[in-house]
Order: sequence, then structure tokens, then C-alpha cells
Amino acid sequence: MSGTFLGMPAFPRNAEKALLNSQLRFNLRNATHTIRARRAAVVDELPDWERLRAAGKAIKDDALRNLDRYLVQAEEAVTRAGGHVHWAADAAEAGRLVADLVRATGETEVVKVKSMATQEIGLNEILRDAGIVAAETDLAELIVQLGDDLPSHILVPAIHRNRAEIREIFRERMADWGRPAPPDLTDDPAALAEAARRHLRERFLTAEVGISGANFLIAETGTLVVLESEGNGRMCLTLPRTLISVVGIEKVLPTWRDLEVFLQLLPRSSTGERMNPYTSTWTGAAEGQEFHLILLDNGRTNALADEIGRQALRCIRCSACLNVCPVYERVGGHAYGSVYPGPIGAILTPLLRGTATDLDASLPYASSLCGACYDVCPVAIDIPEVLVHLRAKGPHPPAERLGMKAVGWTLNRPARLRLAQRAASRLRRLVPRRRLPGPGAAWTDTRDVPAVPEESFRAWWRRTEGREGGAR
Amino acid sequence: MSSRERILARVRAAVAGAPPVRVERDHRTAGHGPGDAGLFAERVRDYRAAVHVVPADQVADAVARALAERGARRVVVPDGLPEEWLPAGLERLRDDPPLGAAALDAADGVITGCAVAIAETGTIVLDTGPGQGRRALTLVPDYHLCVVPAARIVPAVPDAVARLDPSRPLTWISGPSATSDIELNRVEGVHGPRTLDVVVAAG
Ligand code: SF4
Repeated sequence: MSGTFLGMPAFPRNAEKALLNSQLRFNLRNATHTIRARRAAVVDELPDWERLRAAGKAIKDDALRNLDRYLVQAEEAVTRAGGHVHWAADAAEAGRLVADLVRATGETEVVKVKSMATQEIGLNEILRDAGIVAAETDLAELIVQLGDDLPSHILVPAIHRNRAEIREIFRERMADWGRPAPPDLTDDPAALAEAARRHLRERFLTAEVGISGANFLIAETGTLVVLESEGNGRMCLTLPRTLISVVGIEKVLPTWRDLEVFLQLLPRSSTGERMNPYTSTWTGAAEGQEFHLILLDNGRTNALADEIGRQALRCIRCSACLNVCPVYERVGGHAYGSVYPGPIGAILTPLLRGTATDLDASLPYASSLCGACYDVCPVAIDIPEVLVHLRAKGPHPPAERLGMKAVGWTLNRPARLRLAQRAASRLRRLVPRRRLPGPGAAWTDTRDVPAVPEESFRAWWRRTEGREGGAR
Repeated sequence: MSSRERILARVRAAVAGAPPVRVERDHRTAGHGPGDAGLFAERVRDYRAAVHVVPADQVADAVARALAERGARRVVVPDGLPEEWLPAGLERLRDDPPLGAAALDAADGVITGCAVAIAETGTIVLDTGPGQGRRALTLVPDYHLCVVPAARIVPAVPDAVARLDPSRPLTWISGPSATSDIELNRVEGVHGPRTLDVVVAAG
């Protein structure tokens, strides 16, 4: 694995490779089913879950509808509280801003809290090129970073690794980054976590610069909110003298009170806990720290301009949709070729980046449209609707377009449809099962051809008038 | 044009003509009486923290027992913590002048109060007010003992949000530090305190 998502091949080719990896499929199945069951139990506990979900959806929609106003309000509030606000139109600008801010402190090492936004802009690589070492401090991100690997799940990024692999990575690579792993390290999870604790503690206690993202930014008060489990987030947010937070503009919530909804929706949807172990909030320069907020666009305004697609910006990155997705469960996160995997990745990535590459154009097809992701989403993003919309918008192979035209011509007139169906029944034995010849070949690259039934639905209906058991 | 102006202009163009949104809050909101101390204790226990519910005048004894059980002798005591919660003969570390990270790391633990506690989720919230100290005090030592007066317990998350002041740095704590990153095995304590004890001062 090369450590970058850019330039990865299209979804079907990635997926095919992933499907051959049985360890990966075992880990994924186990993990997604476990979290899924936990989530269902704690969601059932709340009598007002559906009302919270409706409120969450509406609050986010309001935030997006009036985003210009709320962003300016947040900027004023953060500045009033002694923080500095910067705006970044794209990944390169955000990276430059962070690198300059770090350089101004005279430091060449920073500690990082797990953050999708900084992964999205490739911040670690930008900093490396500027001579700055960015150390990931979340246990899973540490495993990914030491293994020169890519994250594969929003919540548990190293879900594709088992304990034996993690032990090997720690033994081989920890010394390159600081305190080495103990020589007698076993693959017991507690021992592995302890090795990570010791390795990272040295770094925390001396770090001068911390870099984070945020789960929420409250416009009314300028407050930033980070939810986590391990305490590495608290370490990075609290101990360094300078704190830099890179936050997507869609993370805004209008009012402080809105947290009453999201602090219930997020932990329960995400880890299946009533509450995550640690939540930190801070407003401006807290406890004498120097604080910089970088507001990141990087394609979010493209997504916002898409009337159907903009609902993807409601996403609070809980990862519930990954854990219920039959496609994700089998192929894993890497196949999506983006920091945002699973159902949300299949819509958010092409909305943010456009569909110029093969990979991005293939993402809206990385779904069976079963709808499980919509049912589980705490902010009710209709992912199947957006998938279908993006498929219709995206580039189609000429044969498919021709085929769809022919279908339209046929379906438009009942008489034509009847004729076509009769022809299909008669020719059914001539249709190959595996691979269509000619222009249909591309379509059957990734699918088997369904068998053509002996009798069409209409013919069957006419014969039986829809009576149950009207045998064919 | 600055990036600020460019982003704001793009936002305005993107949502031009979109209809306004109505936000209904017909979920359970704040203001439904005091929180249930028994439920709070039960929910904190679910996170594998030790909880001791004692009458208000027996807090110091409960604190002494908890410290003895954890072998904690030198503990950080933030300014403003009620004296009657502290056992006699305790070796206290004061945070004035502020303790360095290494000194905090070397302490056996820390004792604090809290701003609010939430029954339904088993959460305590610290706002750096009296008896709580800076955020680092409950982060670096490996053991945290928190005393929760029953009057600070509210029923659910909306009540806590309504009571808290967003201009203060807040730390919401639900059980000890935990990770599930290795094959989804829960391991307590990677970076924050590995042990959390809660003493509830009832009634
Ligand atoms: S789309 Fe919904 S379910 Fe998926 S990560 Fe985002 S908020 Fe969670």
C-alpha cells in the first residue's frame, strides 16, 4: 500500500482484489455486525429517537441554508474569544496555512488528533514536504501510520488489521518514530495498547503544537467540539501551546443548544455507546493557548450547489452507514479510494471532487441501493436518492445511453412492450448467462445476466389475473 | 478576491433560492426535574468505573477507601475542592504554581468535583470551575476520583447543555479512557486516566 488515495483505480477493480482477501472479510464482518448490534440496542433505549433524527436533519439543513451567515458569526465569536480564523478554498491552501503556522512557532514536530478533514487534504504529506513531522496519536491511526498504510473505516481505521499484524508493525516500526516497542511484546490487545501509550506519552508531554479537526463548530458562541474515546484528543487539544484546527465549513451548527441533539445522535450511532468516553469543547484561546481555526471549503461549495446532493453535507461521520452496508462489509474501505468510504463515501467523494477520474465516476455504482444506509443515518441522508441522482448525472458509456433510449422507446407504448416481451421469451435460450457480446459487454463485466423468464409479468397477469399461486 | 470572500460568494450562489428551513424541537428537552442518582450510578458502572453512593457526610471516608484501594498517596487537589470531602493526612499536590506535565505524570491521581452529571448517559462534565482545576489535571494522572453531589445530577443531555456555559472549556467524561481499535476488544486506558472512581454524595 502506497499511503495515498490519489490515483487509485476504479471501484470494481479495487473491490475485486479486496474480495480475494478472506482475512479482511472476516475482520469486517465481525466488526460491522458487532457495532451494528450495539448501536441498535442503545438507539432503542431512547423513546424520542425519530424526533431527534428529524431535529438533527432540520438543524443541519438550516445551517447549510444560511451557511454564509453562520460562518461569519462563528468567525466573529472565535475572534472575540482570542482565536485567529483563516479561510482555505482548497487542500493546497489549507496545507500551506498549517505549514506556515507551524513554522512560525519554530517547531518541526506536531501531534495530531484523528481527523478526516486533514486526511482529505493530505496534510501529513504537505507537512512532510515542509520538513515537519506529523505524528498521529489515535491508536488506530498510529497503526496505519507505522504500517505505511491507509485507513479503511471512519471510526476504526485499522479494522483490516489483526492483532498479530499489529504486533509486527509495532516491533518493526515504532523505533523509527520514537520509543521502540518492548522486545517481549505479545499480541494481547492490552499489551499492544500499553506499548502505544508509552510510545506516545513521551511525545504528548513535550509537544508544542497540536493539530485537530472538529465534530462541530457552534456559530453562536464560536465553540469547537471534539468527541473521542482514548484521550489522545484531549492530550493534543490541551497540552501544546499552539492549537490549529482544520474544520470543514459544513461542520457549523447554529446554536449552542443544538448540541442537545447531536450529543445524543452521534455517540449512539457511531460506537453504539450512550456517550463516548471524552468530549472536549473550547472557545477561542482557552487557558492561554494560541488558537487557529482554518475553515476549509475544498469542494464543499460544489456539493452545496447540487440540490439533491447537498444533503450529504449533513453527514456527522458516525459511520453507521458503513456498518450496515452489504457492499462495504465485503470489500472494505480501501476499495472506495477515498478517506470517506462506504455509502457516504460513494456520494460525498464525487460531490466534493467531481467525476473526472474513473474512480470517482465509478463510486455512485458502489451500492446495491438496498436502502439500509438511509434507515440508519442519524441525520436522515437519503443516500440511495443521491446515488441514483449522481448515476444519472455522471458520464455513461455510449452503449448504455443507447440501450436506455431503446428502453424508453419500448416502454412508452404498451403495444411495443408486448411485442418486445414476446420476442424476449422466444429468444431467451439464446441469451448467454455470463457475458453479453458487443456493446453489452461492459455492463456484464461486473454482473451476471439475469435469466429471461418464460412468460412476461404482463402475460402472467392476463392469464391469472394476479391470483396467488397462479403457476407459470 | 480573498479566499474568505470567494468561499462566502460560492456559498451564497449555491443556496440562492433554497427555501427556509423550520426546526421543530419535539424531542425531550431540558427541564424535567432532578436526575436520578441511582440511574446515574448504574450507567457509570456500565463503563467499568467504580461507583460508591454514600451519604453526604461520609464522602471523606469513601474517598479514603477508594484511594487506599488504588494505592494512591500523592494526589493532585485543585483549589476550591470542599475540605470536608478530603480525608485527614492526605498527601496533596497543589496546582499553584501550575504543575508541569512531568510532575502531573508522576502524581498518583487527582480528586475533583464536577459542574454537572447526566443520569441517562452516566456522564460527568467538568468546566474548570472551583474544585476542578485546569483541563490537564484530570488528563495526565492515571487515576481520577470524582465526587458528584446528587444536586448536580440532571436527567439527560439537554438539561446538561442548558446548564453549561460554552465560554468555559468543558470536558465531558463517560467512563475511563478506552479503545476498541484492536479487533474491537475494549481496552481501558490508552492515554487518559485508566481508572475512574466516582463517589456520589447522596441527598
Ligand atoms: S451518512 Fe449518515 S450514517 Fe453515514 S456516516 Fe454520515 S451521518 Fe453517519
